[in-house]
Amino acid sequence: MVSVSVLQVGCSDSEISLEDLEAAAAKLETANLEAGAATDQAVVEILDVEKPNLKFGFIKLTDCAPLVIAKEKGYFEEEGLNVEVEAQSNWKVLLDRVIDGQLDGAHMLAGQPIGATIGVGTQAHIVTAYSLDYNGNGITVSNEIWKQMQENDPALKSETPEHPISATSLKPIVDSYNQAGKDFNMGMVFPVSTHNYEIRYWLAAAGIHPGMYSEENIQGTIDADVLLSVTPPPQMPGNLEAGTILGYCVGEPWNQQAVVKGIGVPVTTNYDIWKNNPEKVFGVTKEWDEKYPNTHLAVIKALIRAGKWLDATDENGVLVNRQEAAKILSGKDYVGADEDVIDNSMTGTFVFQQSDVRPMPDFNVFFKYYASYPHYSDCVWFLTQMRRWGQITEGKPASWYEETAKEIYKPEIYRKAAAMLVAEGKASAEDFPAEGYDGYREVSSDFIDGTVYDAKDPVGYINSFAIGNKDPEALAKQ
Amino acid sequence: MNWRGNALKFCDVAGLPALEPFVRLVAGEDVKEQLKGIAKFVVLPIAAVAVFLMLWSAAARTVITDSMRLPSPTDTWTAGKELFAMHSAQRADDRKAKQEKTMQAVEYLAQANIVTKQAQAASGEKKEKLLANALVLKKKAVQAANYRPSSAPTFVDQIITSLKTVFVGFAIATLIAVPIGVLCGMSPWCNAALTPFIQVFKPVSPLAWLPLAFLIIVWAYSGTKPGETFFDKAFLISAITVSLCSLWPTLVNTTLGVASVDKDYMNVARVLKLSWSQQLFKIILPASLPLMFAGLRISLGVGWMVLIAADMLAQNPGLGKFVWDEFQNGSSQTYARIAFSVIIIGLIGLVLDRIMIFMRNLVSFGDPQAA
Repeated sequence: MVSVSVLQVGCSDSEISLEDLEAAAAKLETANLEAGAATDQAVVEILDVEKPNLKFGFIKLTDCAPLVIAKEKGYFEEEGLNVEVEAQSNWKVLLDRVIDGQLDGAHMLAGQPIGATIGVGTQAHIVTAYSLDYNGNGITVSNEIWKQMQENDPALKSETPEHPISATSLKPIVDSYNQAGKDFNMGMVFPVSTHNYEIRYWLAAAGIHPGMYSEENIQGTIDADVLLSVTPPPQMPGNLEAGTILGYCVGEPWNQQAVVKGIGVPVTTNYDIWKNNPEKVFGVTKEWDEKYPNTHLAVIKALIRAGKWLDATDENGVLVNRQEAAKILSGKDYVGADEDVIDNSMTGTFVFQQSDVRPMPDFNVFFKYYASYPHYSDCVWFLTQMRRWGQITEGKPASWYEETAKEIYKPEIYRKAAAMLVAEGKASAEDFPAEGYDGYREVSSDFIDGTVYDAKDPVGYINSFAIGNKDPEALAKQ
Repeated sequence: MNWRGNALKFCDVAGLPALEPFVRLVAGEDVKEQLKGIAKFVVLPIAAVAVFLMLWSAAARTVITDSMRLPSPTDTWTAGKELFAMHSAQRADDRKAKQEKTMQAVEYLAQANIVTKQAQAASGEKKEKLLANALVLKKKAVQAANYRPSSAPTFVDQIITSLKTVFVGFAIATLIAVPIGVLCGMSPWCNAALTPFIQVFKPVSPLAWLPLAFLIIVWAYSGTKPGETFFDKAFLISAITVSLCSLWPTLVNTTLGVASVDKDYMNVARVLKLSWSQQLFKIILPASLPLMFAGLRISLGVGWMVLIAADMLAQNPGLGKFVWDEFQNGSSQTYARIAFSVIIIGLIGLVLDRIMIFMRNLVSFGDPQAA
C-alpha cells in the first residue's frame, strides 16, 4: 500500500516514466530486494512485448470463447498484454478493421484469412497461428419445413429421430418450390465461411444444388436450387421467424435460440457433416505479425492457456469449466444471449427439439484433439471448397494448395509459444502434436457422405464430388 | 425590473413557458387564470404521459412473438437502472485494477533490480540474458504504471462519446456553413453559384454520406496506426458524417438571414459611411443572428439523429453502437435496454434542442418569437 501512495504523488495525467518509478521505489524499504540474489536455475527469457495495448474484434458467437477467457482469466495480463475485445457488427466490418489496423487481430472465420490472402473478396495477406475451435455450428430449418420433411420421411416423426439427418427429405420440398417458381432461401454468414461450405456440403450430399460462384456471379447462385444469402448470425432466428429465410447454418447460440424460442428445428450439427471440422481462427495481418513477433507469441501463449482451460475435464471426462465460461460469455459485452441458452451447447449437450436433448461432448472443441494447432490440412480443405464452388476461378496444381497453406497457417509461431509454456510449466508436451508432425491430419472419411479427404491429394478430392467444379487430373501431379 | 419581471423574462428566454403560471401565481396574479395555465402546461402533459404509459403497458402484454417481446415500462426502467449500476461497478473495478497495476509496477521494478544484481554476479551468455530480462522488466514496470483500463465502454461512456462526436461534427459544420452562408447572403452571384450544390446535397441521407466519409478519413489517415493520431478514425468518420448532413440548415438559414437584413439598416450604414467590415460585424451579423441560430438549432437536431444512425451502421463507438450491439445480443434483457436507450437518446436530443432555443432567444433582442 505504501508503494501506491508514493506513486500517487507523481500520478497526474502525464505518463509515468521509469525515473518516477525508480524514485518511488527508492523511497521504499529495500529489505525484500535482497532475497534470492543467487540462483543457479536456467534463465527463462522474458518476452519483450512490443505492443502491450491491443484491441481484438469478435462476433457475438460462443466460439469467441478463447479470446474472452484469455482476457477474463487474466492470461493476457500475465503475458504483459492489456487487451480490449470489441464486438463487431458483421464479418466484413471485422475483416476490414483488421486490415486497416483499427483492430490488432480478431476472432475470424477460418475461411477469412484464406479468402483474403488468395483474393476472394477483399485482398490482404492475413495469417493465423491459432485455431480457436472445432465444430460448433448447426443447420436449422423453420417449423413448417421440418413438418414437411417429416412427411417426406416418416422416420423423422419420432421424438428422437436417428442422426445424422441428411437433406434427402428436404429435396422434394426444394423441388416443389422450384417447380412453382418460388425461391427457396437459406441463410449463411459469409461467402468464405465454414457455414457456407457446410450447408453446401450438406445440400449437395443429397443432390440439391446450392449454386456455383464465378468471376461475374459473386453471389454464388449459378444453377442454384437453393439460394444462399449472407445474414449476420444474431439476425438468423429473427429472419427465420419473419420467413425471409427457410433455414440457416450458423454457430451457437443461434441454433439453440431457435429451439428455446420455438421458431425452428436444428436438423444437424456440423459435427455430423464432418467430425472435428475446423471452424474459427485467430487472425492478424502478416504485416502486424512481422512488426510485433513477440506480441504475437504472447497472444498465442495466452490463447493456448485459455483453450486448455475451456477443455479441462475431471476424471470422468466431464467438462469442468464450461458452465463458468457460459456465464462469462452471457455478459452483455460478449455474446449477450441468456446464460441458459448459451450453456446448452457449451456444456456438452445439444437440444434438437424440446423432446430431443442429446449429449454432444464434442459439440465445441477448443483444445482436445490438438484442435488449437493450425493444421495445414484444415487450410487445404477450405481451399478445396473454394475451388469446388468456383470462388477460386481457375484450377490449381496440388503443390499450390500446400504452398498457399504454408503462407497462411503459421504453426511455427504456435510451436514456439507452446515450447515456452512447457518451459514455464504451464502446459505439458503431450498437449501438442509430436515433434515431427507435418501439419497434415490423418486421412479421414468422417463426413456425412463418407467421402474420403486426403489433404495431400486436393485435386482428387475436388473431383470426387458429384456436384461442383472438376479439375484436370494432370494438376494432381504438379 | 422587479424579481417577477426577471423571472418571467427567464421563462421566456429559456423557452420554459410551463413555469410562467407558477411565477405569476407566486406574484399574486389572477389565481383562476394561472390555474388554467398550470392545467394546460403541466397537468395535461402529465396526464398524456400517463395515458401513453398505460397504452405502452397494454402493448407490452400483446406484442409478443416467439423470439421477441416488447418490454413494458417497468422492464425498461429496471434495465435502465441496471445499466447505470453496471457503469458504477465497472468504474470501481477499473479503479481497483489501476491500483493493483501500480503496485505491480513497483514489484516489476524491484524484480528488475534483483535481476540486475544477479546479472552482475553472472557472466557470459547468462549475464546477457539476465540483463535483457532486467530491461524487459523495467519496460513492463513503466507499462503497468501507465495502465489504461481495457474494459468495454459502459452505457455512460457511450453517451459521453456520442455527445463529443455530435459536438465536433456540429462545430465543423458550423465553421463551414456560417461563412459560406454569409457570403451567399451578401452576394446574389455567389448564392446563384452555390445553389445547385445546396439543392442537390441537402436532401442526401446520412447513410449515403457515410461510405464517402469513411473513404476520405481512411485516405487522410493512410500510413498511420491507431493511437498515433489525435483522433480515432471511427470517431472522425462519425463526426464528418454528422457535419455533412447537418451543415445545410445553418447554411440556408444564414443565407436567408443575411439576405433579409432590413434595408433601413443598410441605408443607415451607408449614411454613416461604415466600412465593409464594420457593416458586417455591426449590422449584418447581429441582425441575422436570430435566423442563423434557428438554423443551428435544426442542424444540431439533424446531427444528433444522423449520429445515432452512423454509429449503428459503421460500428463507431457511441449510443448507436450500444443499441446495435444490444440488438445482436438476443438476451431477455435486450429489448428493454434498447427501449431505455431510445428514451435516453430522445431526452438528450430534447436537452440539446433546449440549449439551442435558449441561445437563440438570448440573441433575439427581446423578441424571442421573431425567429
